[in-house]
Amino acid sequence: MILVWLIVLLLAAGPVAWLLDRRGSQWPRWIALGALAIDLVLALILWTEREAHVSISNQGMWLADLSAPWIPRFGITFHLALDGLSLLLVLLTIFLGVTAVVASWTEIRERAGFFYFNLLWVLAGVLGVFLAMDLFLFFVFWEMMLVPMYFLISVWGHEHRVYAAVKFFLFTQAGSLLMLIAILGLMFIHAQQTGVVTFDYQQLLGTTMDQTVALWLMLGFFAAFAVKLPAVPFHAWLPDAHTEAPTGGSVILAGLLLKTGAYGLIRFAVPLFPDAAQAFAPVAMALGVIGILYGAVLAFAQTDLKRLVAYSSVSHLGFVLLGIFSWNAIALEGAVMQMIAHGITTGALFILVGALQERLGTRDVRRMGGLWATVPRFGAVTLVFAIASLGLPGSGNFIGEFLVLLGSYRVNVFVTVLAALGLVAAVIYSLALIQRTFHGSANESWTAPDLSTRHLVTLGAMIAVQVWLGLYPQPVLDAAGQALQNLHGFGEVVAVVSKG
Amino acid sequence: MNAVPLSIPLAQGMLLAGVLFAFGLIGLLVRRNLIFMLMSVEIMLNAAGLAFIVAGAQWEQADGQIMFLFILTLAAAEVSVGLALVLQLYRHFQTLDADAMSRLWG
Amino acid sequence: MPTRCPVCGAEMVDLLWLVPALSLLGFLTLAMAGGWFSRKTIALIGVGSVGLSMVVAGLVGFAFIGSSDSPGQPHDQILWTWLQISGFGPTIGFYLDPLSLVMMLVITLVGFLIHLYSAEFMIDDEGYRRFFAYMNLFVVAMLTLVLGDNLLLLYLGWEGVGLCSYLLIGFWYRDPANGAAAQKAFIVTRLGDVALAIGLFLLFTHLGTFNIQDLMARAAEQWPVGSSLATIAAFLLLGGAVGKSAQLPLQTWLPDAMAGPTPVSALIHAATMVTAGMYLIARTHVLYSLAPTAQTAVAVIGAVTLLLAACSALVQRDIKRVLAYSTISQIGYMFLALGVGAWAAALFHFTTHAFFKALLFLAAGAVIQSLHEEHDIYRMGGLRRALPVTFWTFLIGAASLAGFPLVTAGFYSKDWILWEAWASPLGSPWLWGAGVTGAFLTALYSFRLVFNVFFGEAKTEVGSRPGLMMEGPLIVLAAGSLVVGFLEVPRALGDVSLFSEFVRSVLPSFETTASITTELALQIATMLAALLGIAAAYILFLRRPGLVTAVTGTVWGSALSRFWIEGWGLDRLYDTWFVRPFLWVAQTNKDDLIDRVYTGLAWLIRQFFAALHRTQTGQVRWYAAVLAAGSVVIVALVVLS
Repeated sequence: MILVWLIVLLLAAGPVAWLLDRRGSQWPRWIALGALAIDLVLALILWTEREAHVSISNQGMWLADLSAPWIPRFGITFHLALDGLSLLLVLLTIFLGVTAVVASWTEIRERAGFFYFNLLWVLAGVLGVFLAMDLFLFFVFWEMMLVPMYFLISVWGHEHRVYAAVKFFLFTQAGSLLMLIAILGLMFIHAQQTGVVTFDYQQLLGTTMDQTVALWLMLGFFAAFAVKLPAVPFHAWLPDAHTEAPTGGSVILAGLLLKTGAYGLIRFAVPLFPDAAQAFAPVAMALGVIGILYGAVLAFAQTDLKRLVAYSSVSHLGFVLLGIFSWNAIALEGAVMQMIAHGITTGALFILVGALQERLGTRDVRRMGGLWATVPRFGAVTLVFAIASLGLPGSGNFIGEFLVLLGSYRVNVFVTVLAALGLVAAVIYSLALIQRTFHGSANESWTAPDLSTRHLVTLGAMIAVQVWLGLYPQPVLDAAGQALQNLHGFGEVVAVVSKG
Repeated sequence: MNAVPLSIPLAQGMLLAGVLFAFGLIGLLVRRNLIFMLMSVEIMLNAAGLAFIVAGAQWEQADGQIMFLFILTLAAAEVSVGLALVLQLYRHFQTLDADAMSRLWG
Repeated sequence: MPTRCPVCGAEMVDLLWLVPALSLLGFLTLAMAGGWFSRKTIALIGVGSVGLSMVVAGLVGFAFIGSSDSPGQPHDQILWTWLQISGFGPTIGFYLDPLSLVMMLVITLVGFLIHLYSAEFMIDDEGYRRFFAYMNLFVVAMLTLVLGDNLLLLYLGWEGVGLCSYLLIGFWYRDPANGAAAQKAFIVTRLGDVALAIGLFLLFTHLGTFNIQDLMARAAEQWPVGSSLATIAAFLLLGGAVGKSAQLPLQTWLPDAMAGPTPVSALIHAATMVTAGMYLIARTHVLYSLAPTAQTAVAVIGAVTLLLAACSALVQRDIKRVLAYSTISQIGYMFLALGVGAWAAALFHFTTHAFFKALLFLAAGAVIQSLHEEHDIYRMGGLRRALPVTFWTFLIGAASLAGFPLVTAGFYSKDWILWEAWASPLGSPWLWGAGVTGAFLTALYSFRLVFNVFFGEAKTEVGSRPGLMMEGPLIVLAAGSLVVGFLEVPRALGDVSLFSEFVRSVLPSFETTASITTELALQIATMLAALLGIAAAYILFLRRPGLVTAVTGTVWGSALSRFWIEGWGLDRLYDTWFVRPFLWVAQTNKDDLIDRVYTGLAWLIRQFFAALHRTQTGQVRWYAAVLAAGSVVIVALVVLS
């Protein structure tokens, strides 16, 4: 039942926040924070239960499972379930949700109620995506993330917000449509073969079909997830959306929405069509590597701070794509680790850049430089996250990238070597970020207040999580590992790969 | 049943209807005054009605005449609504020039 | 009975974790709470934490050597399992054996002295706290590097020292040139690190572990000598080593790294971090024994680097750049030693080099500070009287660097390397020849410094003089630069082998067949090279400076000198081949060409829309006409088809 509460709480808090906006502008943010805090407690309860669950039995696939008929005529059920992978991402969602609320605390002044309504609904959609085990329900949540996000960008964004919002909407929607077709196709094939009309994930697993058909259906899913991830060349929406969104929106976009793409690949695209995915793996891995290098080069060239961070996401998520399609235990663990670590690092960087913009009124690095002298704490914290972003050992990003490369090395040495060059490219753009803003000579003289305590606490927590992930990632690896072991087709693909 | 001898050949009747329709259409296209355009539409309607009657007479069926009655009703309704609109438009634009009322372009 | 800690009762060697942990505590305190402290407290924490690390390291060292039941037995202290996935389980664990013990002792001792020196040297700097925080973090990372029991933890330290190096080179962040130097250092070494990382992937994929001892055992077991996998792995690790240790072809970052404060150059870019490559190869020497090609490459890289860098050192004007090139050259000696299988000699040279090069840098720092940030040796001079302590200690350091016979540590370590370069089964007269030529050049450029800076006429007025906190470390290091050498004295000159005996269990030596007479003859050659170099320096730079200007005055002379000053043109080469193309690509693609495809698509759709838009005139008569025309077309189609 906790699973439903997680989502319903946010869905309910949304309208309340909107309505109470009239009472005073501080109401919505407190309501949002409160709802997320309760959610966090619920998720932590799930986490402790997980440990108990592991010690009692290592059997069942789900840690929590809930299923109710919804539209029985079409075999649609309201099926939520949670395993280690989902749990990690749920925790990440709520954690980043809290940070997004805190980051928006002073930034959002107009229509705050509607803002937090949208924020909470996006988060609810994301949670739903991570929990839904019925493809139809999954699709519903998938679309539910989209609309509030559209509003977040188009109403509270920066200069070119409408352009960015529409672009974001069109890209994602095009991908979603292909996925919808693939879902329906899969359902029909399954119905033809067994006579059972169902959208249930577990029943659809292992549907046998023609190789070509499987490939096309897999590509349908891949399209939606690759756009969200984003894989080059479907990344064009990302820099605009991330740059134009308000800080909280950027945090959620980079930290969570991108992860839904990766999660979809791990949960649906590959397990539903293991053979097709394996046939497609070389292409996907190549796309991953291209993303790593292409994103990094682009990030370096940017003069808009938010765009720089946005393109670095393209590079980081390239590692995730590479890891997923290497499809062995080490690479997949790396991909999950990278997802979480990237969520935190990039989320923090967006918070920092957003706070900087709030103070200076610009994101243009050509006007910055030498800011360390003005705002030293700002510089120090940004430095920490910049070096986490370049994958320095001791950060979660390092564990993620290293495991991905270690795993992909057994699958394809050449691709791994190219991807490893991304580590150099990451240094180049991360250091450029620091050099152009905080180091160097001051291009203009700014006076600005340093980081507030509110920010310091949030970012301090993020640093703590990052270091914890870097030095003792075992709990995360265990939680993810158990879920990954249970993925359909896991063993088969690994076997094939190790033979080749 | 006694066959009523056809006083007007079908081809001629249809030709007349066609010519009337063409007049109406040309009138609609070349006149800019709304009143004249409405009248042109009337002519086209009546051309259609004439075609029905001629065809009904040819096949010795009542359907043609019934259709004409429908068209008549329709025309009446159309004129009343149309004239009312024209009146409103005239009040609004102070002219009856149809080309002046091109605000609905996309 | 193992030695026990008097305070906590734990076994002494089990305090090993405290060595890095204490410095880490110092870093954390300074980073998180340092804002509230006075400068005195900051210095106390910064210097004290490393000092405590040094004390614990010393205690652990004594316990390690002196433990009666198992003297010199390697000790692996596992703190926790870092990550564990299907057969992949590196730990956070510290491994103590003679090799890591030597490294640890040198790092903490020299590190402490340099911290102490910095407490005074940096006193007027606005970033006092930041400086000590970074320095402490560096010590932590460096200790992790040498103590890590597996390659992944070593890699953590490896990258950590790289980060600290970056932070400290760019410490004075206001000048963009410093930032550029810092970034260059990080990026170039990271290139090597990528090679190292790929080497790790290879080793793990084929040998299934990251633990260094297991790895070496399995490599020896599974790979025959000369196997291609071993060779590739050894070359990849070498890639990491040449990056970090500033050897050819990745040495270009080190001279620029002198942009950092002088204590940083002393600690990171002379004594410790840059020798990490030497440590890595020595640590994985089993692998290199399996890959003779790679090992030869190490020797050749070392020999070539030491010569090229020595030539560059000869012509630099900036005192710190001379020392930087000298560092590259001396690490070249270490690589030469590694390449001929003289593992212990390489480690010994590391030890002596840490003392005399740290000393030289600190003394140079004192000079620079006294002369109001003057770096140009041609604008110094005559400082012998004004700064006596600095002069004498610098002289000792330079003599040690030059390998002044019999009394200096540098002589014994360099002589050992040269002897092995000749006598080792992997050695050759060519390598020896390169080494001896290098020894001559070394003596020449070190005394070029001495004569230009401390003799002759004073050209710049002396400002402040170094205080006790700066001179103390200089004296200690000078003493070290003299006496450390007596740990290992060759057969012909007294035959002491304390050092090689101590590390024999980890770094095996080989049986030599050459006679003691040959050895003595070679030693005399080495001595002569050093003495000749000093004499030549005396003539060229003190007695007849006109000779030098006569040579550099010629067309070829000046061209060569410029070529050497620029470090053999490698910087320019990399700039044209790599940096500019990268910048060009980045700049050209700034707006993302792929995005153009989508905007192009959007443009097409808009054109289509515009075309349709034109038909929408809003004129009723136009619509009616189109309607009529459309009907005609449809009817015609139906009728005619």
